[in-house]
Amino acid sequence: MASADKDQIQERMTEALESFGADREAINRDADWESLDIDSLDLVELAQIVEEEYGVQMKEEDMKNMKTVGDAVDFVAERAKS
Amino acid sequence: MTRRIAVTGIGAITPLGVGADALIDRWSAGESGIEDGLGRCVDFEPEEHLAKKEARRADRFTQLSLVACAEALAQTGWEGEKPPLDPERTGCIMGTGIGGIGTIEEQLTVLHERGVDAVSPLAVPMMMANAAAGVVAMHHGLKGQCYGTVSACAAGAHAIGAGLRMVQYGDVDACLVGGAEAGITPLAQAAFARMGATSPSGISRPFDARRDGFIMGEAGAALVLETEESAQERGAEILGYVIGYGATADAHHLTAPDPSGDGAARAIKLALADAEIGPDGIDWVNAHGTSTPLNDQSETEALKTALGDRAHELPVSSLKSSIGHTLGAAGAVEAAATVLALRRGIAPPTVGWEERDDSCDLDYVPGEARSLPGNGRPLRAISNSFGFGGHNAVLTIEAS
Repeated sequence: MASADKDQIQERMTEALESFGADREAINRDADWESLDIDSLDLVELAQIVEEEYGVQMKEEDMKNMKTVGDAVDFVAERAKS
Repeated sequence: MTRRIAVTGIGAITPLGVGADALIDRWSAGESGIEDGLGRCVDFEPEEHLAKKEARRADRFTQLSLVACAEALAQTGWEGEKPPLDPERTGCIMGTGIGGIGTIEEQLTVLHERGVDAVSPLAVPMMMANAAAGVVAMHHGLKGQCYGTVSACAAGAHAIGAGLRMVQYGDVDACLVGGAEAGITPLAQAAFARMGATSPSGISRPFDARRDGFIMGEAGAALVLETEESAQERGAEILGYVIGYGATADAHHLTAPDPSGDGAARAIKLALADAEIGPDGIDWVNAHGTSTPLNDQSETEALKTALGDRAHELPVSSLKSSIGHTLGAAGAVEAAATVLALRRGIAPPTVGWEERDDSCDLDYVPGEARSLPGNGRPLRAISNSFGFGGHNAVLTIEAS
């Protein structure tokens, strides 16, 4: 997947995280969930958006390995490609 | 000796406005918050009071609870890092009739239209009827006993009664108690209308001969209860006292009150006996007064049975004439209003009362608020709450 697509995914995730109450200024690739006050319930909502918009399933075990926004963006970009 | 329980904080979000002052100022002035046949809290914008995350994770009934509770706790001095009471010995009991019905309806539409996978993970924590109690406790770090009471339109009064006993017994030092309802939703409105409970005319006129049902209202209200000793030690302002509580069941019918008012009368007697006073010991009745033909008649019977001749001497007001029926919030809103009215020494009016009904033959305080005559002791009132299911809960309140 081209990097522009990763940018698009990150933009969409930023929008989603902001709607969950995270501070937009603090959202970047390296930001971890805890620093954004994003918890397991938010991640389930994020997974719903990702599945609906990119057709990518983010399961609970997948999310255990995602600590940052970048981890989630990469996961979606990788799966959306195949 | 039973511990004397003081009220040291009050908060209310009602159709009369945001804040307890709006409630008592406007009701006392005989104003109405009902518009187009509904008692909505039109001035309440959750985003003005709550962080984005908290607001989106809370059903409107929890949002109303959060803001009402914050007002009550602020008044008692619970702000910032150092709470004035031990958080582990402070309880939180919040009543509701239905809980997060707005969320249930919304998510049911999502389920039907977009399928199982689209249902929000926030649905359960938003719709559960105990959400208000849990979320309020979490917000303020209240770590004593915490749960919701669910008894339809008596839920707010049961929450206060439960909290009262908890503090009296010494299980906690203080308890934040109250109730909230946000039931002006399509399903709830249709359901109440189909069972003939709500008013086709769109007018709330408790105890009036023309009454034809209740007006749906929404609200949240809260009170801080603590021992008089604790309030005095820390120099908190005492707004009033909850001196008695009585609760019974009709065991009669799913929705209709016992026409004889027996269950309600027993609750009133218990609330007076608990306060160790007789009918002469009270000066005012803040009635349940829903504006349904059945309630207002049976409540009038109950007052006569429980209070005897005294019933005819007492002013009997219904706040629902001004804000409609706020269901599970009603008992808490009315208890809050009772404390505030006694502080002013008045019985606010039953707004719009005009035509006497032969079966409702007490003094319903028409027109304007009335001063309560002093009699050498603190003013006292009872606040009645009755709910579908035959639940009756009555509180006896004394001025400070």
